[in-house]
Amino acid sequence: MKKVITVALTGALAASFVMSAAAAETIKIGGIGPITGAAAIYGSNVMNGMEIAVEDVNASNPDLQFELQFEDDEHDPEKSVNAYNTLKDWGMQLLGGTVTTSPCLAVGAEALNDNMLLLTPSASSQDVIDLGDNVFQVCFTDPNQGTASADYISSQKLGEKIGVIYNSADAYSSGIYATFMAEAEAVGLEVVAEEAFTDDNSTDLTTQVQSCQNAGADLIFLPIYYTPASQVLIAADKMGYDVNFFGCDGLDGLLTVEGFDTALAEGVMLLTPFVADAADEKTKDFVAKYAEKTGGDVPNQFAADGYDVVQVLYAACEKAGVTSDMDASEICEAVKAVLTGGDFSYDGLTGEGMTWDASGAVSKAPRGMIIENGEYVSLDAE
Amino acid sequence: MAKKNGKTRKKSTRTYVFSFSLILVFWAGIEIAGNLGMLSSKMLGMLIPICAYAIMAVSLNLVVGFLGELSLGHAAFMLAGATAGVVFYNGAGLTMHQVPRVIITLIIGAAAAGVFGVIVGVPVLRFSGDYLAIVTLAFCQILKNVLSTTYLGVDSKGIHLALEQSSFRLEPGAKPLIKGAQPISGINKISPNMMISFTVGIVLLLLTVTFVLNLMNSRAGRAITAIRDDEIAAKSIGINLTSYKLMAFISSAVFAGLAGVIYVLNLSTLDFKKYDYNLSINVLVMVVLGGMGNVPGSIIAAALLTLLPELLRDFSQYRMFIYSIVLIVIMLFNQAPAFVQLRQRFVAKIRGKNPAGEEPVEKADGSYFEKHGKEEE
Amino acid sequence: MQFLGYLISGISLGSVYALIALGYTMVYGIAKMLNFAHGDVIMIGGYMVYFTFCSRGWNPLLAVLFAMAVCTLLGITIERVAYRPLRSAPSLAVLITAIGVSFLLQNSAMLLWKSDPKSFTSIISLPPLSLAGGKLSIPAETIVTIAVSIVIMVVLLWFVNKTRIGHAMKAVSEDRGAAQLMGINVNGIISLTFAIGSALAAVAGALLLSSYPTLIPTTGAMPGIKAFVAAVFGGIGSIPGAFLGGVLLGVIENLSKAYISTQLSDAIVFLVLIIVLLVKPTGLLGKKTAVKV
Repeated sequence: MKKVITVALTGALAASFVMSAAAAETIKIGGIGPITGAAAIYGSNVMNGMEIAVEDVNASNPDLQFELQFEDDEHDPEKSVNAYNTLKDWGMQLLGGTVTTSPCLAVGAEALNDNMLLLTPSASSQDVIDLGDNVFQVCFTDPNQGTASADYISSQKLGEKIGVIYNSADAYSSGIYATFMAEAEAVGLEVVAEEAFTDDNSTDLTTQVQSCQNAGADLIFLPIYYTPASQVLIAADKMGYDVNFFGCDGLDGLLTVEGFDTALAEGVMLLTPFVADAADEKTKDFVAKYAEKTGGDVPNQFAADGYDVVQVLYAACEKAGVTSDMDASEICEAVKAVLTGGDFSYDGLTGEGMTWDASGAVSKAPRGMIIENGEYVSLDAE
Repeated sequence: MAKKNGKTRKKSTRTYVFSFSLILVFWAGIEIAGNLGMLSSKMLGMLIPICAYAIMAVSLNLVVGFLGELSLGHAAFMLAGATAGVVFYNGAGLTMHQVPRVIITLIIGAAAAGVFGVIVGVPVLRFSGDYLAIVTLAFCQILKNVLSTTYLGVDSKGIHLALEQSSFRLEPGAKPLIKGAQPISGINKISPNMMISFTVGIVLLLLTVTFVLNLMNSRAGRAITAIRDDEIAAKSIGINLTSYKLMAFISSAVFAGLAGVIYVLNLSTLDFKKYDYNLSINVLVMVVLGGMGNVPGSIIAAALLTLLPELLRDFSQYRMFIYSIVLIVIMLFNQAPAFVQLRQRFVAKIRGKNPAGEEPVEKADGSYFEKHGKEEE
Repeated sequence: MQFLGYLISGISLGSVYALIALGYTMVYGIAKMLNFAHGDVIMIGGYMVYFTFCSRGWNPLLAVLFAMAVCTLLGITIERVAYRPLRSAPSLAVLITAIGVSFLLQNSAMLLWKSDPKSFTSIISLPPLSLAGGKLSIPAETIVTIAVSIVIMVVLLWFVNKTRIGHAMKAVSEDRGAAQLMGINVNGIISLTFAIGSALAAVAGALLLSSYPTLIPTTGAMPGIKAFVAAVFGGIGSIPGAFLGGVLLGVIENLSKAYISTQLSDAIVFLVLIIVLLVKPTGLLGKKTAVKV
């Protein structure tokens, strides 16, 4: 009896997956990212950013409307492919995702098969854009960040002896680490300590900081996200270790960690495309809308990336004259032609004059920032 | 005695028929619907994961249900098979014709998982109960950790293997096969036609089920069951505990390796991080939900638990919250004695039979249960 | 000197593992179940302290007591709703339910308090202890955590061995059926065990976060698993074993990070665990159980 019920139930479940067709009035944009699970912070930020952008673009031009659906992937490739297929069934015509690298590799392969245009806000691995010519990034590619960081440290003479603390189980962090090390060797930076951690032992990062101290590092390079970075800063402070820190875009968000003593972040340098307290109108407007939407939260660079994804897609669609009756493959070809056409550039929250080439990597200038008195100040200005 | 034997045989035949017809009906239904273009992309995309999880659950059932030992490291064998398979698939297999390429990849994956099964099984099977559970978990974490620091590649000078990024140098143009923690990408699917891939998955599932059911109804299987039910009695009648335990454990590992191969070939990417104790626990949930030692049950539970989170997509961020409640409720409903009795009485009423009658409780028959369970009565 | 520095940070981490492992082993010893949700009760305790102490500036002691009360209530509720109906069901069924509860707590926390990290202010405001003319310093959190762990260990040992309720607990742990026949309220004893275990989890949460201040809904998961490993390492069910196992696990983890490889430290920790168990199959201080035929 129980078996019969279960089989019937399975059948019913399966039947509910059978396709239902829907009519499209506007262009359907899909978004994929983790909004539950350990990486939920990144996905939720992107989702909010994309939603705000859709409201903005829809208000700007009544002739071309975007409709957004955002699906959860729990930072898991399998769930991400399911999310992608869910969006496909919904009638997605353009994909603004996925947020994290390893799911993006799986979804990218599917998107390549379907010739669906994929513009990822934040999956920064080189492998992502290597998947095919329909995959584009809004964020910097990891190798660029690693190289740029090493060059920056070397040219600005920010440190003599460099320590590195990175997440060896994370594609983003180990990707930047790899290219940083290669470039450091090329430009003659002395790296005295290379310390790793994994998600399984990230509770305590004291030992890694101690090892940097014992090796005499005067600058610690942190190609990691801001959550573990806040732990590193606190650990160094507790040990009374006076050292400079240099990070990449993952460090943005440090000042917004609730309860974090921002005095500890004093003097931290980072290469980031977006700062939430920048004075320009665009950023101010976005930060205000974000706070209104989320009940007072401050957006991090993921939110800004998500916002830019929608804006870039919209601008490209406008320019290409995309209409809602085109299918995903036709839109993909049209948008691709615009993005790589050479005369398309976009001024967004995460960079001025962003352009793309056929590789799918974005070209924009990284901004060196330093935290002074709890605020970002441009390093280049000094 | 003779009568009892007859009854068991009949029951085993019933299990065979039920398992095979279940799989074949599923396959035929999907093939027909697929060829008529009635399946949604989402359903198509989930076919291979369902097959892979079903194989995982059936093979884990061999250890948990039949051998009666709790393993929390089943994901490790999946990972071992997947990694070895992909290294061949993307390496030496790259220039081969697709059919032999897939077959050899499957064999290599299964073999690698089997070898890892031996490495793990020999020390692990000296333990029992929670100690065995923690040691299998430990092996899973070790494999995942070591692979995330492994660099492997081939160039004209030969094979390069390193445990550190800095000592790993390939000639320009040569593509690394494993690059530490970065996911392996660019793995081609078995076939661009999902229906063909799905058939491969079904064939492997049938293979797994046939092997497991045959093993259980063989002399070896009876020995394994005897060990589960009473280790000391089994020993006293001359059953070689270690070799039978190892047999069950290694077979289980081999099939998990196969599952790993089809899983990653379908997903086009291999991220070591996924294969941790959470994955092992998910598979364990399938086994317990489907019933210990119940092969068709494992398959159904695997399908249900793979589909369930997808059905809850409309709930957006409340999805996993609802999933966890559903999981707790299902466990209570399925296993709590009060509910089981209630259900039995209900079924009996419908059938008009004596409440104490025929329908046996589909209670678990694993020794892990009984060891602890008995004293709790 | 460097070695001592690493050793101290290892002991800091180990003392937190030990504190969590005590709660784990307590519940395991009496209720005979692996409570996978224990780590998540710690996380809930952490949030309680965060919202009272860090955000509203309550007295730290009051905040911890409040968190203990909330967690006790939570523990009893979980036991009553999710575990008790399965009391006579197979223990694996309870294990799976515990995993369900763990998912439920994590996802509830995510919905209630969002997934962005919160930085915890240490509840200990004492200065670190300086040794060897300031070359070495032991964080006050570590000293407090060790002291609290030892106090809890001693009190638990006393409670279990010397009081009537403790004896009842031991009886339930040895033979539940016989205990019931002797007129012991088995359900009451198990509820009490969960109450104590969850109260300890609140304390562990407060001290874990005082040393390692990142608070997210999954904060408890990994320390929970590590504490489970520590409890097995020391001999699961043994109260001093949990303490010893926890401290050793932390020390091994940090020394292997310092001297062997930061990348492979997880593998090394688990390898040591396997080797120890091969030599001593019931853990460091575990009892050898005779098999009755």
